[in-house]
Amino acid sequence: MAAGEEPEQTALALKILVAGGFGVGKTTLVGAVSEIRPLRTEELLSEAGELVDDTGGVDQKTTTTVAMDFGRITIRSGLSLYLFGTPGQDRFWFLWDELSQGSLGAVVLADTRRLEDCFPAVDYFEHRHIPFVVAVNCFAGARTYGAHEVSQALDLERGTPVVLCDARDKDSGKEVLIRLVEYAGRVHTARLLDAVESRTGTV
Amino acid sequence: MTGFSSETARGAGAGPVDGRWFDAEAGPLVRPYAMTGGRTKPGPSGVRFDLIALVVVEPDGLDAAAESLLGPEHRALLALCRSETQSVAELSADADLPVGVVRVLLGDLLEAGHVRVSRPVPPAQLPDERILREVIEGLRAL
Repeated sequence: MAAGEEPEQTALALKILVAGGFGVGKTTLVGAVSEIRPLRTEELLSEAGELVDDTGGVDQKTTTTVAMDFGRITIRSGLSLYLFGTPGQDRFWFLWDELSQGSLGAVVLADTRRLEDCFPAVDYFEHRHIPFVVAVNCFAGARTYGAHEVSQALDLERGTPVVLCDARDKDSGKEVLIRLVEYAGRVHTARLLDAVESRTGTV
Repeated sequence: MTGFSSETARGAGAGPVDGRWFDAEAGPLVRPYAMTGGRTKPGPSGVRFDLIALVVVEPDGLDAAAESLLGPEHRALLALCRSETQSVAELSADADLPVGVVRVLLGDLLEAGHVRVSRPVPPAQLPDERILREVIEGLRAL
């Protein structure tokens, strides 16, 4: 690097969320693609008490924690991708709000044997206009459905990609992430165009 | 499992100075926010550290004498940041401290001018197309 460049200035970290029901393979997927063993970070529930209304009695307890597993992929020096497995239980939604802030997008992992487990995650990202792909983790022994069938069953908005995957497999996990980044780019471009059109349309 | 960094581990130089008792069943007997003097939020600067905010040590931030005045957890965080630029999430995992505690400690280090913190990409503003293409190509090459 030539003198005078500012490598620190350009250091950029991007965040992708991995959501889905309990036991659907979120941490497995993070571990399959991460260059580091998935790390675990904990958030204290007492902080949670400040963010939600209904926590009578909880705010004094400082020892209760929620764990989040995460991994990292270094694209190049100064550009890395962080993958966060969101806490599975619905009562930890408040953590999702923080996690999703500034995120590139999300992967919603689904298991066709209990598809309903991923409904809350799909709703969450649709309502907040966060780009996401649905990755169907094809468990051995589970009947395989086509991407189209899953898309219909979830009543996804048009264009939301559905990918069949094996969360244990690195290449499969990579493919899911690539589809997400491509899709996030398309969504973003479309929004920019919409913004331009609505502006010129009113003139 | 717990993996305390060397600075905070029992007997690693710091010795009983940090006064923690351990019990295999109960874990540390110190309540998490005792390490921050009871504070649960970063100081007056009001910085909200995102989980992927990157923390860089200021090279001429402090000398050995000044550093020795810091608490063991502050020093542990500095040591981790020195080895490599770290995200808040990684610091929390590596130092085995809850994110909320790490945020308070980082707030102290930031205010004292010992570290710099990168801002993550603001919400509703994706990185430009060039970066996204780089990410896709990087993923393919994994």
